[in-house]
Amino acid sequence: MKTTTKLWLGIGILILLSPLGLILPERFQAGDAWGEWGADAMKELIGYIPQGLENLSVLWSAPLPDYAFKGWEAKGLSHLSLAYVFCAILGIAVTALMMLLVGRFLVKKR
Amino acid sequence: MHIPDGYLGPPTSGVMYLVMLPIWAAASRITKKTLKAKQVPLLAIGAAFSFVIMMFNVPIPGGTTGHAVGAVLAAILLGPWAACIAVSVALIVQALLFGDGGITAIGANCFNMAFVEVFIGYYLYKIISGASSITSGRRVMAAGIAGYVAINVAALSAAIMFGIQPLLHRAASGESLYCPYGLGVAIPAMLSEHLLFFGWVEAIVTALVVKYLQKQDPALLKAGER
Repeated sequence: MKTTTKLWLGIGILILLSPLGLILPERFQAGDAWGEWGADAMKELIGYIPQGLENLSVLWSAPLPDYAFKGWEAKGLSHLSLAYVFCAILGIAVTALMMLLVGRFLVKKR
Repeated sequence: MHIPDGYLGPPTSGVMYLVMLPIWAAASRITKKTLKAKQVPLLAIGAAFSFVIMMFNVPIPGGTTGHAVGAVLAAILLGPWAACIAVSVALIVQALLFGDGGITAIGANCFNMAFVEVFIGYYLYKIISGASSITSGRRVMAAGIAGYVAINVAALSAAIMFGIQPLLHRAASGESLYCPYGLGVAIPAMLSEHLLFFGWVEAIVTALVVKYLQKQDPALLKAGER
């Protein structure tokens, strides 16, 4: 088997395991990453929402926020894990496709 | 380490975009000269690996979460300029599709993870590897150390961006406008969690994959060298 095939297989296994990145923080009651709190969490931390943060944080509404489907927040870990795997597949497909395009452009133009 | 929208004031995020533009231009110019058609799949793999490894949030029990970036591995496999493009693309997709990292902060996040981490990691790996053979244990060590140090320098860079916000912006009421934590809070917080936890994850992941490739396909490890 070619090494690149093996590496893609490895990435496939990582995709299937990726819900660990969701489940373990839940199990160990770990919160957001430092500096990545939402507006509500910020209010709990310092008592107010900084004005600029409030304005800018609504600038972009991602189609799959936090690697989940909108409205699935309360659906429980098994649903969220499924969404997480789906988002990993989609995100990696888009990323890899963009890299193939970029790579093609860079190779062709020499 | 994915700075969201609203944590950096427009001057900081604007400057970081301006800093990244010539870096991206140089990266495409230099990669154009060196990239061979058969390396393109590896480019996609490097970006995909970085993407997926960032989804593995590692919890600090009762505290925050964080993750490895995979940028040093990409740099070892692809060379620093191609790795800069690969990690940037992963970060841009994360921001646009999944809201992981702000769109105003794409310049800043790419600077930290696709430039600072990539280049520090790449040159540390090269320096520590020295003239050792491509399959030597020294290179596994070099990969681990490079991963550990580089992600920490990237975290420091992010912490400085967070930490200067209260100095730059303050409402008349005295309230912060953007990130409310100064350098004295941001740097110890970001560095301690990366020094104690996430740096080790980056080190182990980078070293393990290099060790695997030494056995599987040493020629691949040679390709990233120039």
